[in-house]
Amino acid sequence: MTSDIHVDVRNLSFNRGDRMIYDGLNVSFPRGKVTAIMGPSGTGKTTLLRLIGGQLRAEKGEGEVLVDGKDVGLMARNDLLALRRDKMGMLFQTSGLFTDLNVFENVAFPLRVHTKLPEDMIRDLVLMKLEAVGLRGARDMQPAELSGGMIRRVALARSIAMDPELIMYDEPFTGLDPISMGMIVRLIRGLNKALGLTSLLVSHDVDESCAIADYLCILSGGKVIGFGSPEELKNEGNDEVKQFLTGDPDGPVPFHYPANDYRQDLLGSSK
Amino acid sequence: MINRIAAIGRYGTASIQSIGRAGQLLLNSLLWGGPGSAGFSDLIKQIYSVGVRSLSIIVVAGFFVGMVLALQGYNILVKFGSVSALGTMVSLTLLRELGPVMAALLFAGRAGSALTAEIGLMKATEQLSAMEMMGVDPLKRVVTPRLWAGIISVPLLALLFSTVGIWGGAFVSVDLLGLYDGAYWGNMQNTVIFYDDVIQGLIKASVFGLVVTWIAVYQGYDSVPTSEGIGKATTQTVVISSLAVLGLDFVLTAVMLGSI
Repeated sequence: MTSDIHVDVRNLSFNRGDRMIYDGLNVSFPRGKVTAIMGPSGTGKTTLLRLIGGQLRAEKGEGEVLVDGKDVGLMARNDLLALRRDKMGMLFQTSGLFTDLNVFENVAFPLRVHTKLPEDMIRDLVLMKLEAVGLRGARDMQPAELSGGMIRRVALARSIAMDPELIMYDEPFTGLDPISMGMIVRLIRGLNKALGLTSLLVSHDVDESCAIADYLCILSGGKVIGFGSPEELKNEGNDEVKQFLTGDPDGPVPFHYPANDYRQDLLGSSK
Repeated sequence: MINRIAAIGRYGTASIQSIGRAGQLLLNSLLWGGPGSAGFSDLIKQIYSVGVRSLSIIVVAGFFVGMVLALQGYNILVKFGSVSALGTMVSLTLLRELGPVMAALLFAGRAGSALTAEIGLMKATEQLSAMEMMGVDPLKRVVTPRLWAGIISVPLLALLFSTVGIWGGAFVSVDLLGLYDGAYWGNMQNTVIFYDDVIQGLIKASVFGLVVTWIAVYQGYDSVPTSEGIGKATTQTVVISSLAVLGLDFVLTAVMLGSI
């Protein structure tokens, strides 16, 4: 029997150099839902995705990152590769398309490496994935010939090629025009519904994220400061969450960086 | 003063860590995968990229080096009345030393730097991360075939360099300076020993191929994924591998000659 919690982060502490990113982070991501992870820049949203994917690991005893109940931080390299192959997909901010392969071969890559399917079956599967993202007609194009939105869609098709159960999107809307952004928003929601995926989405775009996410997870200062549906957080979230969601320039997160008294500074009486 | 000592300590620690990471990369790449671990078509593609595409620079450089050797050698040997030894001198110099060393240096400049830049860019554009998240090991898929391609290509390029160099020497000494071609080729045949000269040259070239490619792929894999970081890594590939080739050449020569 599968648990309703797909990804469970327990008491996680993580540092980069001397900088603390998480200090006892606890958060659970429900299965089959779209959860948008949001928060101020540098708060460790992408780092959280990389910890869930096992690309980063916390120090021993500094918490657990459980995917389907298994701690990815303790997994052997081969087990981790197998978990990613069978159950995970990730869409990177820069998409990570292989520049020496065309669109078709990019999507076919995981199928060719991991399966021994006959060529005609690989062709059908790739065309189905490309059809899902609306780029079947661009199969022979090279990545350099694609627009930003098309690149993102090809990368999305590639990340679902092996039919993952969990898919992570790192800033999928960054740098896209409104039409491309609308397409990606629709695809993320559509794929989640059609394939029953658990989707974790890192984004700064409040409106788009609220439009497709079942839950928002707001991170700040190494902890979760808000977790719930967009409506719940907009209505009942604390002041910092509300400031983030409404984009107020001043509030619990002040506009001014801490400084001495302005008047005294101008009069030169303080250094 | 304390700060300086601390800085030296940090530099030393960072260097040792870097050597450790490079060793780990080499072991993992070679232990986890033979030449065809990512498919022989990938290996062939890499041999084409680093080996075949280096042919023109190797052939042109080899021919000129052979011509210069013959010209210098002729002017020295003629003073001692030993111009008949010119073929021997040109061929031994090329087979034992200049072939492997020059081929490795040219390989480092042309293919090594390209390998570093390619892997560094793959890292910067998250292609390596994407591969990892697809459950594909980038070491096996990206590093191993490139490493084997270098190990296979450099000895062949060195052999080609020496061969073309000998032809270049023949062109200058026989065709331009009028040396009797029987003396040039005959003395060469009598004095060049297959094991001592050709095989030992090939052993050197194989070692150089491994070292240069190892440095190149490591620098790319370990580079800071920015344009500045990749530029620095590319420069380091050429500098470190050139010095490594020259240093190793001395060590290997000493071991092969049994002088040390």
